[in-house]
Amino acid sequence: MAIQNIAKERIIEICNLYKNEPTPLMMILSDIQKEFGYIPLEVQEIVSEQIGLPVAEIYGVVTFYSFFSLKPKGKYVIGVCLGTACYVKGSQAIIDKVLEVLKLKKAGDSTEDGLFTVDALRCIGACALAPTMKINDRVFPKLKVSDIPGIIKDYQEGKVEA
Amino acid sequence: MAKIRNAQDLAKKIGECEGCLKAKFEGKDGKRAIVICGGTGCLSNKSQDIHDAIVNKLKEKGLENKVTVNFVGCFGFCSQGPFVKIFPENTLYRMVKLSDVDKIIENDIVNHQVCEDLVYVDPNTQTKYPKQEDIPFYAKQKRVALHGSSMIDPENVEEALGYDSFKGLAKALTMKPQEVIDEILKSGLRGRGGAGFPTGRKWQFAHDQDNKMKYVVCNGDEGDPGAFMDRSMLEANPFNVIEGMIIAGYAIGAKEGYFYVRAEYPIAVMRLKKAIETLNKIGLLGRHILGTDFSFQAHIRLGAGAFVCGEETALLNSIEGKRGMPRPRPPFPAIKGLWQKPTIINNVETLANVPYILRVGAAEYAKVGTEKSKGTKVFALGGKVNNVGLVEVPMGLTLKELVYDIGGGVPNGKKFKAIQTGGPSGGCLTVKNLDTPIDYDNLIAQGSMMGSGGAIVMDEDNCMVNIAKFYMEFIADESCGKCTPCRVGTKRILEILTKITKGQGTMQDLDYLQELSFATKNGALCGLGQTAANPVLSTMKNFRDEYEAHVRDHKCPAHECKDLMEYVIDPNKCKKCSMCARGCPVGAITGVVGKEAFKIDPKKCIKCGACMSTCKFGAISKR
Repeated sequence: MAIQNIAKERIIEICNLYKNEPTPLMMILSDIQKEFGYIPLEVQEIVSEQIGLPVAEIYGVVTFYSFFSLKPKGKYVIGVCLGTACYVKGSQAIIDKVLEVLKLKKAGDSTEDGLFTVDALRCIGACALAPTMKINDRVFPKLKVSDIPGIIKDYQEGKVEA
Repeated sequence: MAKIRNAQDLAKKIGECEGCLKAKFEGKDGKRAIVICGGTGCLSNKSQDIHDAIVNKLKEKGLENKVTVNFVGCFGFCSQGPFVKIFPENTLYRMVKLSDVDKIIENDIVNHQVCEDLVYVDPNTQTKYPKQEDIPFYAKQKRVALHGSSMIDPENVEEALGYDSFKGLAKALTMKPQEVIDEILKSGLRGRGGAGFPTGRKWQFAHDQDNKMKYVVCNGDEGDPGAFMDRSMLEANPFNVIEGMIIAGYAIGAKEGYFYVRAEYPIAVMRLKKAIETLNKIGLLGRHILGTDFSFQAHIRLGAGAFVCGEETALLNSIEGKRGMPRPRPPFPAIKGLWQKPTIINNVETLANVPYILRVGAAEYAKVGTEKSKGTKVFALGGKVNNVGLVEVPMGLTLKELVYDIGGGVPNGKKFKAIQTGGPSGGCLTVKNLDTPIDYDNLIAQGSMMGSGGAIVMDEDNCMVNIAKFYMEFIADESCGKCTPCRVGTKRILEILTKITKGQGTMQDLDYLQELSFATKNGALCGLGQTAANPVLSTMKNFRDEYEAHVRDHKCPAHECKDLMEYVIDPNKCKKCSMCARGCPVGAITGVVGKEAFKIDPKKCIKCGACMSTCKFGAISKR
């Protein structure tokens, strides 16, 4: 996969932002993840050239942290909270239902149409609203299993603004 | 705001700000003030929309110059959120909806009438509490680390200065660094991140190192699922935590500090960033603070979703741009830490206690608490408890007071079963532990630990084997893989627990479980692995009968483990409406509308629970 020049320039720009930091790798990767949604090997190679760390080391860091992703995520990232407070209030049944509705096998998978990625989150800190899930930045409070198909349908049919 | 160049400047500014804030709270500025909860919990529940609607409505009424509106930090009583509070009357409205905004403005702001239906009502006594300080939930709490939370605008340094901020730093800078450390030692403050190491001693180690470069690191990588103390403190009063860090820097001789905060906390990071920028502008961070020779700068580093980075040496590796794997100790970070320089790593809550200790003095601070655990502790109370929220209690309060007096007991008339403290490193305590006074040593003696402050209540519907499995899944997933006992041990423990929850376990598995747990505990490199088996050990100790029921009788007493339970429809309660059958994803429910009670075919049923949550008549239960 070839990287477009404009993307490459932006990546170099991000690397330069942190030129004066002693160990900038995490900051660079966070910014790239935020901006592009994933950090494929080709991008890691550019970072490697810029900051002089071997690609192997960068790859090691990218694969260690769950925030960094090698593959692009769906347009809507459904994050079901599996923190303890949500778990004891039944969030496992919520994520099971989400996966079932989207015909996905496990958390982390994306639908083939690129619309959804399902993630298991560790506590979003809205424990009073348990069980909860997030779709992108929107939080759905006090969910019931029976709410799930309707919510997903709204997104599938484009009834919700991205 | 002008630069604060010395102690006199600061004292003068503090005096002005205190006057302003007092006038705001008492209405002496001729205005009324509306504050809205801007914590993550309430913001997730539309408090931003409520804020905007209030602002618009005030404009519409031409009242924008008569009423101030701002966000404040978490009120703590999260299950009653979102909150709107009105000064000077001090009226607290809870569970405010967007549709209530007009009413609040019309009735309260315009006509000075309290909106009775938005006031907190005690569910047991039906008493109405229009004022926050009277609500029983707050009665046994004492706010030290949460100072300023729900009172001040976290993005406004003048409100922070008017609410005691930087008095502690001013005091510290008149003392010698050693005197500051002595004060912290005398206060008895222990690390709030979990292990409870005396903070003063940690500082002393770093202070005694002869090195030009030293660092203070604030550990805000709050990874315990179900815990949000650190986040709330950073969101509600970032100035207080930064002040604690500056004092720590002065005490050990560091010029640089790093906040390591979870990337999952965007609001906390944003407010912290703003606070650091502001403090740089007014000279409370930077070179020659208050005209002294002491200079200090604070930086922020974001985590990237790795629980192990809450372990201090793994955290240091992460700041250094590496995989977040722990380092062997010794050398301890106080000798060789960040970039091999002497470093202290303090939890957010620990640092949030520091300004208070300097402000009121160690002796006053140590009046609260038990013999070996001084001060207060913040807990994120959650799970099956009526009053979910963030509470700060004096050490020595009993678990019973926490669960019942503050938490309001278990909802829906269910029976209390256990309280889990310490997150994945802690354990489950039961009814017989409820009279235990909360402190570091008591909780360890009972087989759990303080941890960072998660406190999750479980009722009779929670299966303790399943809870142990839940934590083990978490740990097995988060184990960094560096040392074998943790990497392999947690996986094997998880396999056995999974077997048991499927009804395939043997009695010998229970012995294996115990043996593996001890091996992991004793053999692992860092705190994560050494405590990983605690949830298993504590549930096995306190709920052995549940483990045996899974193995011997192939039954899950709490009906939670899917393979060991089934859903049934009570034909006497069934109204034959077919709602359940229509909602069943696999067509496992049959019956005839209006004529024949519905039935679930256990062979087809995938136990998703959709039917039970759909049935309006409570006819479906677990068996």
